[in-house]
Amino acid sequence: MKFLVCISKAPDTTTKIEFADNNTKFNEAGVQYIVNPYDEWYALVRALELKETLGGTVTTITVGGADDEPVIRKALAIGADDAVRINGSANDAYAIAFQIADYAKKGEFDIVFTGKETINYNGSQVGGMIAELMNLPYISLATKLELAGNTATIHKEMTGGVEVVSLNTPFVISAAKGMAEQRIPNMRGIMAARTKPLQVIEPVACDELVTFVSYELPKAKSACKIISADNMAELVNLLHTEAKVI
Amino acid sequence: MSVLVYIDTLSGHISKSVNEAVYYGSKLGAVTVLTNGSVDASALAELGKFGAAKVLVHRGLNTNDAVQLTRLVAEAVKASGATKIVFSLDLTGRAVAPRIAAHLKAGLVSGAISLPDASGVYKVNVFSGKAFGCVKVNSAITVINLTPNSISVETGSGTAAVEDFSADCGAASYTVKSVEKQEGDILLPEAELVVSAGRGLKGPENWGMVEDLAKSLGAATACSRPVADIGWRPHHEHVGQTGLAIRPNLYIAAGISGAIQHLAGVNGSKVIVVINTDPEAPFFKAADYGVVGDAFDVLPKLTAEIKKLKAQN
Ligand SMILES: Cc1cc2nc3c(=O)[nH]c(=O)nc-3n(C[C@H](O)[C@H](O)[C@H](O)COP(=O)(O)OP(=O)(O)OC[C@H]3O[C@@H](n4cnc5c(N)ncnc54)[C@H](O)[C@@H]3O)c2cc1C
Repeated sequence: MKFLVCISKAPDTTTKIEFADNNTKFNEAGVQYIVNPYDEWYALVRALELKETLGGTVTTITVGGADDEPVIRKALAIGADDAVRINGSANDAYAIAFQIADYAKKGEFDIVFTGKETINYNGSQVGGMIAELMNLPYISLATKLELAGNTATIHKEMTGGVEVVSLNTPFVISAAKGMAEQRIPNMRGIMAARTKPLQVIEPVACDELVTFVSYELPKAKSACKIISADNMAELVNLLHTEAKVI
Repeated sequence: MSVLVYIDTLSGHISKSVNEAVYYGSKLGAVTVLTNGSVDASALAELGKFGAAKVLVHRGLNTNDAVQLTRLVAEAVKASGATKIVFSLDLTGRAVAPRIAAHLKAGLVSGAISLPDASGVYKVNVFSGKAFGCVKVNSAITVINLTPNSISVETGSGTAAVEDFSADCGAASYTVKSVEKQEGDILLPEAELVVSAGRGLKGPENWGMVEDLAKSLGAATACSRPVADIGWRPHHEHVGQTGLAIRPNLYIAAGISGAIQHLAGVNGSKVIVVINTDPEAPFFKAADYGVVGDAFDVLPKLTAEIKKLKAQN
């Protein structure tokens, strides 16, 4: 089995979000980057588990600049066999999906994995776009994936419940919580990652369909009103008459 | 301008987020609504109240298969000449909107929380609720995935004309083996009121008082990540940066410290009430109303007061 896992970098979850250049750019000063948790904890780890039981290879793919490489090495340390970096800018979901689909079409992968969304852009876009561009089925928000031969059984979230579906490879899947457990890379993995192949390829021409023109921070909250634990009648009254939410 | 709004009605209900998507579409232009499956025509006609002129239903297609729905939407776009296509950012919207956007080579505004401004710029959620992005679309057709609970809806009095619509949607891309329905009838992503609890509740056996409060309010229940990870509560209740991001009118958090990753998923809430024994808990900084106290004592008292209020009204 050949698995391709899309990996993107995201600011560490404790990052204080700030913008620079007149609110047109994310301020990267002092920001620690991690592998986007959905890509790492769920998509990558499940692909590795399947490889460990069924054999095969796990390749990661990232669209981004050279400064993405530490994050890519982390994915290799967790256990991916090799990595591809498409040397483009990761600004627009369509452009990212287009680059990945272009590469994946040539690779005869059985499953292309993405995370449910990134924690910085939260778009939930790239997986579906790759699937459409490759003309493959797309199972979004999968919480469980089993493979027997080339037949997959998948739990996918649906409005108000879970659907258990089956289909044959190849397909594209987006991984949500439940798929796998986070793995901490060990020293051997970290050492091995240094010498694993990381291929850099140049992007193909593609239009950007959406542009982020600026960013805003939410308005600061006014001070919290403290209500005595013995006076829940007052809290209910405030929620009813002041906040008008109940 | 012609606008197409795809809505998921497989459950047989018209959800609040569907009404929001239809209303949002009506502010962009003349709306045609598209759905599939066996939902009641009379329920669909009611969408007129939210600005729909016409509802197209593909009766033969009882699925949320993204491949088939993409073909369905593509056919309806052709038939209606729509240049704006609206989805709710629900589970179906997450699967189908990116596909149809790629299919039409149209820009996708994912997670919209506003109508476009005069220069066509949309606001979207980014950094898991810690900021907003302002996005511009560079293609002729725009696809929009609307975040639930982000716009307020006004109800009018129209009735929509419901018409059958059929299209060749091709073969199913997967086989459905079974469906497990989730318990509880208020879905967390679109709930207006949410009661949430964390590790401060000490164990799953203590969730009765959380559920009692939720029931008295007609609220959905949620939890912090460790609570879902240990298995005290189901994963679909996990809110935060790596769980669900929600924007209810009221979010009551009991026994949750308010870590930055938790806040990321809930700070879009209009009003936040925090109940915590520790006056230094970071959550108080993000709260509108705070109660320094023991959840085991405060939650039942709060429930009793809510019941009193409900009995009066
Ligand atoms: C990459 C990453 C992603 C994460 N994503 C998320 C996420 O999406 N969502 C999320 O929630 N967390 C997330 N976390 C975890 C987050 O950092 C916190 O650890 C978590 O939110 C803490 O949960 P908690 O508040 O329930 O528990 P604790 O931190 O243990 O806090 C319990 C709180 O309960 C209070 N308390 C104790 N007893 C009582 C009582 N009797 N009555 C009232 N109050 C009481 C305590 O004072 C304390 O404030 C993430 C962490 C990382 C590293």
